[in-house]
Amino acid sequence: MTVHDMKHAASDSARLEAVGGRLSRVDGPAKITGAAKYAFEQQLDGLTHAVLVGATIAAGKVTAIDTRAAETAPGVLAVLTPDTIMELRGASDWFGNPPALSTYCPLAREVTFSGQHVAAVVAETFEQAVAAAALVKVWYDETPAIVDLSDGKAGDGIAIEAMTKEWGDAQAAFAEAPVRICAAYNTPREFQAAMEPHGLIARWQGDELTIWEPSQWLDGMARTYAEWFGVPFENVRLVSPYIGGGFGSKALALAHSAVAAAAAKMLGRPVKLVLNRPQNFTSYGGRAATRQTVAIGADRDGKIQSIVHRGVNETAVDGMWVEPLGSVTSIMYATPNFSSKQNVVRVNTVVPGAKRAPGENPSAFGIECAIDELAHELGIDPLEMRLINYAEQDPHTKKAWSTRQLREAFAAGAEAFGWAKRSPQPRSMRDGHQLIGWGVAAGTYPVRRAHGEAVVKILADGSVEVESSSIDMGQGTYTILAQTAAETVGVPVSQVSVKLGDSHFARAGVTGGSRLAGVMTGAVYKAAGQALDELVGLALSDPRSPFQALQANTLVVQDGRIASPRGEGPELSIAEFLSAVGRDQIEAKGDTLPVNTTPEQRYKNYTTIAMSIPHTEGDWSRYSWCAHFVEVRVDEDFGTVRVSRVVSALDSGRLYNPKLAESQWKGGIIMGIGQALLEEGIVDRRHGRIVNGNFADYMLPTNADIPDIQTISVGIPDPHSSALGGKGVGELAIVGIAPAIANAVFHATGKRVRDLPITLEKLI
Amino acid sequence: MRDFAYVRADSVEAARNAAALPGAMLLAGGTTLVDLAKCGVAEPATVIDISHIDGLNAIDVSADRAVFGALAKMSHVADNPQVKSLFPAVSEALWQAASAQLRNMATIGGNLMQRTRCPYFRDPANFPACNKRAPGSGCSAIGGVTRGHAVLGISEACIATYPGDLAVALVAFGAEVDLGERKLKVEDFFLAPGATAEREHDIRPGEVITAIEIPGSAVARRSTYVKVRDRQSYEFAAASAAVGLELEADRRTVHDIRVALGGVATKPWRVRAVEEALKGKPLDEDTVRKASELAMEGAVDHGANHYKIALAPRVIARAILKLGETA
Ligand SMILES: Cc1cc2nc3c(=O)[nH]c(=O)nc-3n(C[C@H](O)[C@H](O)[C@H](O)COP(=O)(O)OP(=O)(O)OC[C@H]3O[C@@H](n4cnc5c(N)ncnc54)[C@H](O)[C@@H]3O)c2cc1C
Ligand code: SF4
Repeated sequence: MTVHDMKHAASDSARLEAVGGRLSRVDGPAKITGAAKYAFEQQLDGLTHAVLVGATIAAGKVTAIDTRAAETAPGVLAVLTPDTIMELRGASDWFGNPPALSTYCPLAREVTFSGQHVAAVVAETFEQAVAAAALVKVWYDETPAIVDLSDGKAGDGIAIEAMTKEWGDAQAAFAEAPVRICAAYNTPREFQAAMEPHGLIARWQGDELTIWEPSQWLDGMARTYAEWFGVPFENVRLVSPYIGGGFGSKALALAHSAVAAAAAKMLGRPVKLVLNRPQNFTSYGGRAATRQTVAIGADRDGKIQSIVHRGVNETAVDGMWVEPLGSVTSIMYATPNFSSKQNVVRVNTVVPGAKRAPGENPSAFGIECAIDELAHELGIDPLEMRLINYAEQDPHTKKAWSTRQLREAFAAGAEAFGWAKRSPQPRSMRDGHQLIGWGVAAGTYPVRRAHGEAVVKILADGSVEVESSSIDMGQGTYTILAQTAAETVGVPVSQVSVKLGDSHFARAGVTGGSRLAGVMTGAVYKAAGQALDELVGLALSDPRSPFQALQANTLVVQDGRIASPRGEGPELSIAEFLSAVGRDQIEAKGDTLPVNTTPEQRYKNYTTIAMSIPHTEGDWSRYSWCAHFVEVRVDEDFGTVRVSRVVSALDSGRLYNPKLAESQWKGGIIMGIGQALLEEGIVDRRHGRIVNGNFADYMLPTNADIPDIQTISVGIPDPHSSALGGKGVGELAIVGIAPAIANAVFHATGKRVRDLPITLEKLI
Repeated sequence: MRDFAYVRADSVEAARNAAALPGAMLLAGGTTLVDLAKCGVAEPATVIDISHIDGLNAIDVSADRAVFGALAKMSHVADNPQVKSLFPAVSEALWQAASAQLRNMATIGGNLMQRTRCPYFRDPANFPACNKRAPGSGCSAIGGVTRGHAVLGISEACIATYPGDLAVALVAFGAEVDLGERKLKVEDFFLAPGATAEREHDIRPGEVITAIEIPGSAVARRSTYVKVRDRQSYEFAAASAAVGLELEADRRTVHDIRVALGGVATKPWRVRAVEEALKGKPLDEDTVRKASELAMEGAVDHGANHYKIALAPRVIARAILKLGETA
């Protein structure tokens, strides 16, 4: 639970505060001053500390664990192994599918990846737990591991039929096309690399469990805990006031979460478990490594006749992750013939997971590089190439776009960037030792939709409180929900407090897929509207109301004051009015679900993703769009690439808060720069282990790597996408950055690098 | 991290006495020591905190020489105006090292003593074999991920790169390290692995670095440090070069030159072959590039670090030509 002192962010300008205003983050001051308390910063009496022991092999069996030395080490309360940890029940997956096994052990007997948890030590202090964990001896029976997609033992993998998309006769049309290109594009294993590590504090009181844990999905994770321990959903309370970065990684309760909660139950004391940095690279999945081949056949005038696409992503030996590689390929360009198929290959890794724009991101790397290659082959400007093949409708579903401001994005971006001055030949622009290249690429992300619920209270002092179990991981939920409630009820933002991150609040689904803002502004809009209706109704009808004599049929609430529309009669502040009628609060719960929704459906809606609404439902195909224009400078001797300019024009529909949207877009662009040039989980092929699992060696861009970034909003309100007209913001901008950079590197150097990241040895 | 005893030394004498005991390790800025303790590489029985010793952080620079107390902070030395004008390569090497936060904590003495970034060295639980950590246990890097490893000065026992920047500039300009009882050339202070990868420095139990001394010279005055890496900041060198140049009166013939390499060798690597090839020669691009190639004589790669052999001479050439341009 968190109440912000909104005065910091308050402004006199109503324009700033309204939905669509550039209000600064209301949680900013708390974060900057250190007042914001993150989930596992809670101080609890009797807190104990757990530390995990990870497997040092990538495949095989644990044959024995010697815990004697650890057990007698100072401060040690328990050493947990697969044999001694309490048995948990299997939990259903995030679609709500029941578990394959009825029991679950979060410590592994069968090791399927390096670093997998095999034991845990709980001690009075963190230092004691660390020291004792080093004393746990584990013996293994090691078997050969499949380390990655290029492993000879990996094979072709499993065909995922649901990913197949086909129309026309793609193979034949490709064979007949006068111009053809075909190339393979690879992206490595990447990690979310949030500053805040994963971890939690678990406390049992009887059969009630409280978990303080950074979470992108309180209700979903609470359900998992409830199922593991066989307690009612209501008995689990998850608290997650702030999240120090998630990027898709913090939506699920994971093995380490289960260990901590089980240890707390077994010891009858609260347990804190925080993954150390290397464990953050092996305890949950980053973006799966991918391989794609893209073949495009076209006319001599550049019109695409066929796209043939094949994709592969890695998944785990004991878990399935599909990174939809044909997602952008199938919708970005108009083509009469299309074929996309995908396999997944099992390797010895932790199950890969969601990282910002899973699917769309690597998919765009393939198609947006390939279209650039085709443009070069034909001698057509790459921007022109994209316009020649502009998709006027969704090429896959053949439905109309709800809104698609991509043409506008190309135009606005090109204008701001000065694209017209580009000299077409590779290696034709330089500045001393630096080769200069300009590249363009488009990006897109579907508008994922779901239903949400919120409580809005109008309190006796006239202030407004919003409650929701949704979360703010930096994207601005606190701020835009305050703006929505303020505007809807008619009070200044300074009188609104937003409470998030507690699963006992009104329910919310997953914060992922860039859906939360659209879902929650809709829910708050509805709840706040109901609260306002009740307030006005009371003012019109309550015998004690000073407005009753007016005989009006409505009233206006503005700036926290109630008056008649034409200004006759009394004018009261909300506080004065509530006191006049003797009410201490008005509370409304609003949700966006159909009225006849059953309690079971509600539960399913918030605790699984089975009920999210397809982005192609009904008559429309709903996506956000963007166009990136990038300048790179490549040192001709050293092969080092620096991005010197980025101009991106983006269509996220209506922006609830442009300032926050721009920050999100820039964050995506920065992450994309890291992906293009730096990020790669490097695996030791003999041991199947990531060797650069720390922030010195896993390269993320620093400020020095990031130029000024110009973002331009070209969106228009999209009534088919959300209640207030917004589309997705958070994931869109990373999509297309890596290909824009790769295309710019080609323009600078004449070298096509199709394997990310583009490190210096690939250009030297 | 294992439990350890903590002792605060108030004088160099006290530090020396304490450091002579088995299992004792000095703590200055702590940016290497604490890091390695967390990885389970450093397991000191006693930590001797020298960071409070008075007078060890002095920075004293004149045209004749620069003396940096062992406790002088990296950021202070880097920012010293006289260091910038009389020993620019030293300042530049420090500025391009680590991050602002680290430079504010880290000391010059500690900097010389930093350990390799070889990922196998830093992960004892998963890779027990490492001759540097456990003599005779083997080398996990050979046959593994070697992108950052050395191509010069390597042995069968160890191919780990010396990662630091400052020491590269120090060996270029003939700096000395002051151990109190003895002074030695920084170049001799660092040891190539040979058969004893665990020995990285010529320092004995109980010895404490008190200062670093660099003789002033024309080559030090016109000097530069060029560092190449994928990331613009906060990354160790893929290859780096410290170069100092003194030209004849004709402003194009090389009178004296110093060249040292970082990021490619097992110790800070002075390349006299390049220096000799250029002395008395005109400073044109072709001559410089050809001479720079000589730096790679005897280089051996282990696959992924092959690019260093092409890269390092280009870094040297860039540094020399850059100095030539300012003539
Ligand atoms: C993420 C990261 C990135 C980095 N990047 C770079 C880089 O790009 N370039 C670069 O050059 N460096 C880099 N460094 C290394 C950094 O410069 C060193 O960690 C730092 O200089 C060490 O100084 P310190 O005072 O903190 O040493 P400490 O950690 O206190 O000590 C280091 C070692 O030296 C010993 N020691 C300390 N003082 C003395 C003394 N007076 N006499 C004898 N022994 C002593 C200690 O016992 C210990 O073994 C990086 C470090 C990190 C963690
Ligand atoms: S290269 Fe040296 S430091 Fe690295 S594993 Fe081998 S012996 Fe150890």
